[in-house]
Amino acid sequence: MPADTASVTGWGRTAPTTARLIRPRTYEEAAAAVRDCGARGGIPRGLGRAYGDAAQNAGGSVLDMTGLDRIHAIDADEGIVLCDAGISLHRLTEVLLPLGWFVPVTPGTRHVTVGGAIGADIHGKNHHVSGSFSRHVLSLELLTADGGVRAVGPGTPLFDATAGGMGLTGVILTATVRLQPVETSLMSVDTERARDLDDLMARLTATDHRYRYSVAWIDLLARGAATGRAMLTRGDHAPLDALPERTRARRDPLAFRTSRLPAAPAFLPEGLLSRTTVGLFNELWYRKAPRARTGELQRLSTFFHPLDGVPHWNRVYGRGGFVQYQFVVGHGQEDAVRRIVRRISQRRCPSFLAVLKRFGDADPGWLSFPVPGWTLALDIPARLPGLGAFLDELDEEVAAAGGRVYLAKDSRLRPELLTAMYPRLADFRALRAELDPRGVFVSDLARRLGL
Amino acid sequence: MKDAFGTPQSLLVLGGTSQIALATARRLIARRTRTVWLAGRPTLALETAASELRALGADVHTVAFDALDPDSHETALGKVFSEGDVDMVLLAFGILGDQAHDEREPASAVRVAQTNYTGAVSAGLVAARALQTQGHGSLVVLSSVAGERARRSNFIYGSSKAGLDAFAQGLGDALHGTGVHVMVVRPGFVRSKMTAGLEETPLATTPEAVATAIELGLRRRSQTVWVPGALRVVMSALRHVPRGVFRRLPV
Repeated sequence: MPADTASVTGWGRTAPTTARLIRPRTYEEAAAAVRDCGARGGIPRGLGRAYGDAAQNAGGSVLDMTGLDRIHAIDADEGIVLCDAGISLHRLTEVLLPLGWFVPVTPGTRHVTVGGAIGADIHGKNHHVSGSFSRHVLSLELLTADGGVRAVGPGTPLFDATAGGMGLTGVILTATVRLQPVETSLMSVDTERARDLDDLMARLTATDHRYRYSVAWIDLLARGAATGRAMLTRGDHAPLDALPERTRARRDPLAFRTSRLPAAPAFLPEGLLSRTTVGLFNELWYRKAPRARTGELQRLSTFFHPLDGVPHWNRVYGRGGFVQYQFVVGHGQEDAVRRIVRRISQRRCPSFLAVLKRFGDADPGWLSFPVPGWTLALDIPARLPGLGAFLDELDEEVAAAGGRVYLAKDSRLRPELLTAMYPRLADFRALRAELDPRGVFVSDLARRLGL
Repeated sequence: MKDAFGTPQSLLVLGGTSQIALATARRLIARRTRTVWLAGRPTLALETAASELRALGADVHTVAFDALDPDSHETALGKVFSEGDVDMVLLAFGILGDQAHDEREPASAVRVAQTNYTGAVSAGLVAARALQTQGHGSLVVLSSVAGERARRSNFIYGSSKAGLDAFAQGLGDALHGTGVHVMVVRPGFVRSKMTAGLEETPLATTPEAVATAIELGLRRRSQTVWVPGALRVVMSALRHVPRGVFRRLPV
């Protein structure tokens, strides 16, 4: 099977390490690859959208699972799909949307695999309604360290360890996923501005329940009275009768349309994203948002995946790469959110992709990230001086508020904080010790944090 | 594992009593470093250095290591790597010698060359192979501006550092694509016990400043680091000064 030695990083392009990159084409090849992992083990990898080192394994094997990407069965009446875990949400959408179904949960990009979606137990703009991705997984097949395949269903310890388990319980081969019915491929979107953080949180608290999808873009460079000013975009799938008569959209309501700009060039100078340029961008972005607009029809891709329109957008951060920081704190910890937003804004971190969202109920995965409360995600150029120490201070704030940071995005957490942030970590470690006593499945993330 | 900012969790210092190395270790312990191996001749100074770092909260071990005994390098370093991954190896041993004395006593000049160059070649290759096996890690080599162009006043030391510098650069190229990062650090005159009593040259620096530059270099994944940074410009000018003029320069 194809294998070569390659330097591997996450989407943030920091901390590269070298591994044997293996691309299994059959389940048997995948099982053989797991059995043949040397002393430094192996880890499955999808489309490499985890920001940090979750799908890297220095000196060992990395199993690129994107070669196993078939759809085995679709139940178009019930809305259930059985597919290989290496398939992307993009491909699933292409196939399922014309049949009137959409993936139950989508993150900010369609270019993640189903296996990665379960491994990181991803969430989307509908978390307050629908929970995380693995809540919609009816069953999965897991290739474990002994080379055997197990069928795993929800409610079992192995399922709860695998959902959010960052690939460390085994390689997910297939998954059966329950889908979301849609009448059209368009979104009906309400947009409004919030003048500051308090206004934003009040609006989200008061009216989030009216929307299936909700998120707020937040301007972290705004200071003073405008600290935390934001643009809320919330909506739902547009029903058929919302589409104007005698238009292309109405004639073919389930067509999957995307737009695509040229890819970011391979070599961009460092420092393209500075306080000045990002500040300017944020100002324009905020000003161009309508004060209030309802029922705007948007494409799925525009609403959910605006960045997918620019392939390789992560290159705009230059060679030094970037760090994505996402934390969640529970309801009642609004002051912690305020303090953190104020600190980021005072420090003038050039962050143009910051979003605030209210999570719904927690998910059953032991290392699943979401808990009911507030989550803030932002990205920052890694070259920013003193960034490491600054994020450590934010970690302390988050941990003191009983919150946690998201492992799929982490590339720099202090390991000592992990047990406080993830109370089920001991169970996770115990299950791994029993299931995988030789430690076949290991990643740079697992080594760094001692998962 | 190193984090997104290149900060190591484990550090192996070859030449465990070097002031630059200890300043670097202190700096890295303040960030992410939890395990430190100090390799050096088993002396009281080595143990003192270890307990000082321990007081900062790190898990510090010492290991017997002699640059002049290349045959023992495989065993000594093998022991360290068998205990777990080493994210960063800092090759910091070296002696200055006494130029005037060494010119009269070739045997002691050879000792400078053997410590600074052949000892480093051996230890560097052993460390590089271990890092390559683990697929990640930084090998940071303390070179010197003295190696950039030999000076009348310390060409024995300078020539040994020139050899080390060239070796480290080549090793960095050889390891390109293996996940191992080799960084050559070229400090100017560093105020330390090694240079005590010597006359300072312009752009003199401190062990702490070198440590800061090393941390920055790790974050940027630099291949060459000059301390202070201005030396890069100064030395590239000095390189092109004609011999007859260079010989007379008060450097």
